[in-house]
Amino acid sequence: MIWLDTLVQGILLGGLYALFAAGLSLVFGIMRLVNLAHGDLIVFAAYLVLMGVTLLGLSPWIAALVAMPLMFGLGWLLQTVVLNRVLGKDILPPLLVTFGLSVALQNGLLEAFSADSRRIPAGSLEGASLDLGLVTVGVMPLLTFASAIVVIVALNGLFYHTALGRAFRATSDDAVTAGLMGIEPKRIFAMATGIAMVVVTIAALYLGMRSNFDPSIGPARLIYAFEAVIIGGLGSLWGTLAGGVIIGVAQTFGAAVNPEWQILAGHIAFLVVMLLKPRGLFPRAVD
Amino acid sequence: MLLQTHGLTANYGQFRALFGVDIAVAAGECVAIIGANGAGKSTLMRAITGVIRNEPAMVLHRGEPIGALSSAEVMKRGIAMVPEGRRLFPSLSVEENLLIGGQVRKAPGPWNLEAIYELFPILRERRRNPGTALSGGQQQMVAIGRALMSNPELLLCDEISLGLAPVVIRDIYAALPKIRAGGAAIVVVEQDIGKALAVADRVYCMMEGRVTLTAKAADVSRQQIHTAYFGEAA
Repeated sequence: MIWLDTLVQGILLGGLYALFAAGLSLVFGIMRLVNLAHGDLIVFAAYLVLMGVTLLGLSPWIAALVAMPLMFGLGWLLQTVVLNRVLGKDILPPLLVTFGLSVALQNGLLEAFSADSRRIPAGSLEGASLDLGLVTVGVMPLLTFASAIVVIVALNGLFYHTALGRAFRATSDDAVTAGLMGIEPKRIFAMATGIAMVVVTIAALYLGMRSNFDPSIGPARLIYAFEAVIIGGLGSLWGTLAGGVIIGVAQTFGAAVNPEWQILAGHIAFLVVMLLKPRGLFPRAVD
Repeated sequence: MLLQTHGLTANYGQFRALFGVDIAVAAGECVAIIGANGAGKSTLMRAITGVIRNEPAMVLHRGEPIGALSSAEVMKRGIAMVPEGRRLFPSLSVEENLLIGGQVRKAPGPWNLEAIYELFPILRERRRNPGTALSGGQQQMVAIGRALMSNPELLLCDEISLGLAPVVIRDIYAALPKIRAGGAAIVVVEQDIGKALAVADRVYCMMEGRVTLTAKAADVSRQQIHTAYFGEAA
């Protein structure tokens, strides 16, 4: 029974990793940009939500709702002012710029909030659990997983059933020809990064409510997100969820065997998938 | 004039591809631009549509300088292009490929999804397929339909017969008079001189980045074209 419990906990943990990864997957899928500051942006958003809770006295949910448009604006600006200038045939400039952004964000957060670890207070939800008979699951991990599903369904709906999504896909296929359709690729990219930052805010909310965070933890979140995206197959959102679940399950089983093996087991699972399916589990046909 | 170029130049890095090209297209007119491979025809299309940017006054739309505008801004003014090689979006279905053509510029006019399906009935049957799963000729129909969806004033068709079977080319060219009847001016870039002259009012011939002949399609002689096309007398 303990193994079933471990499996369920792992799947639910995968929801958190999928949330970390969904924004990364979105941005990569549309503009082939690997944002190395993604993890730090999640941490930044967690502090933003925390400030809403501590300074304005909002509930974490309302604070996240307030943070979402702010993060959207930040993503829009970041893309318009910085990233659009370095996007091109050479993939190195955007990598360097986002790496620099990552360093700057970490140090900025350290300056503003110190190295003390913090947590977004979630009230009674923190310890709440549901007895499902065979297993007992925490309400918070369940909410996280449900949110990941909602985010992925919403992003897929946006992608495949709206005019904006059509423009996203067309620009991703061929930005020059998209321009001939009257679409400004740079505006599409700004919109995509803005939306990715809204997803980042949701990820940040759960990150901050479920565990302690401090300015230095961004890069590790990036690694989990990255692994989830690559396991899933670049650009596939359901694949990203599967990737998150695989890492989550590997981590909880690793931890069940020996607590020191938690992180390592996740990375090993990633390597095994890469050995067996180098293009990920659900690669896009057009790549 | 609907569209004019004045001393239009274009470079690919150090290589100059256009040397002061002057062409003009009147509203409702059909103009053919012919020339051998590498004559600069497609570069001219890319320069007009803002894929290659220029000095503002090198391209005029109804007298206004548009040479420095982005391709999206040029398109919003009613200049749509059927690009060489069709360039359909592989992630989009046939219908989505059509819809995206009219997504940004929604001008009133004869063209909408229904009208495109009437022009090219096969596309209606294939509307759910990925655009790139179609035959070359059907893809060309999608590319033309996609450009028409914005109800352009000017339709630029870059090498629409390239790589297609003669029977398919005939079908595609049969659509051009209907497109003209809808009010759009058309520029046809072609290597096939016979096809181009059959549909055009006027013809420009290009060679090595320059216009070497400007003539009415009905008046031009085989000798004139040969000289302009190859740079030597027949």
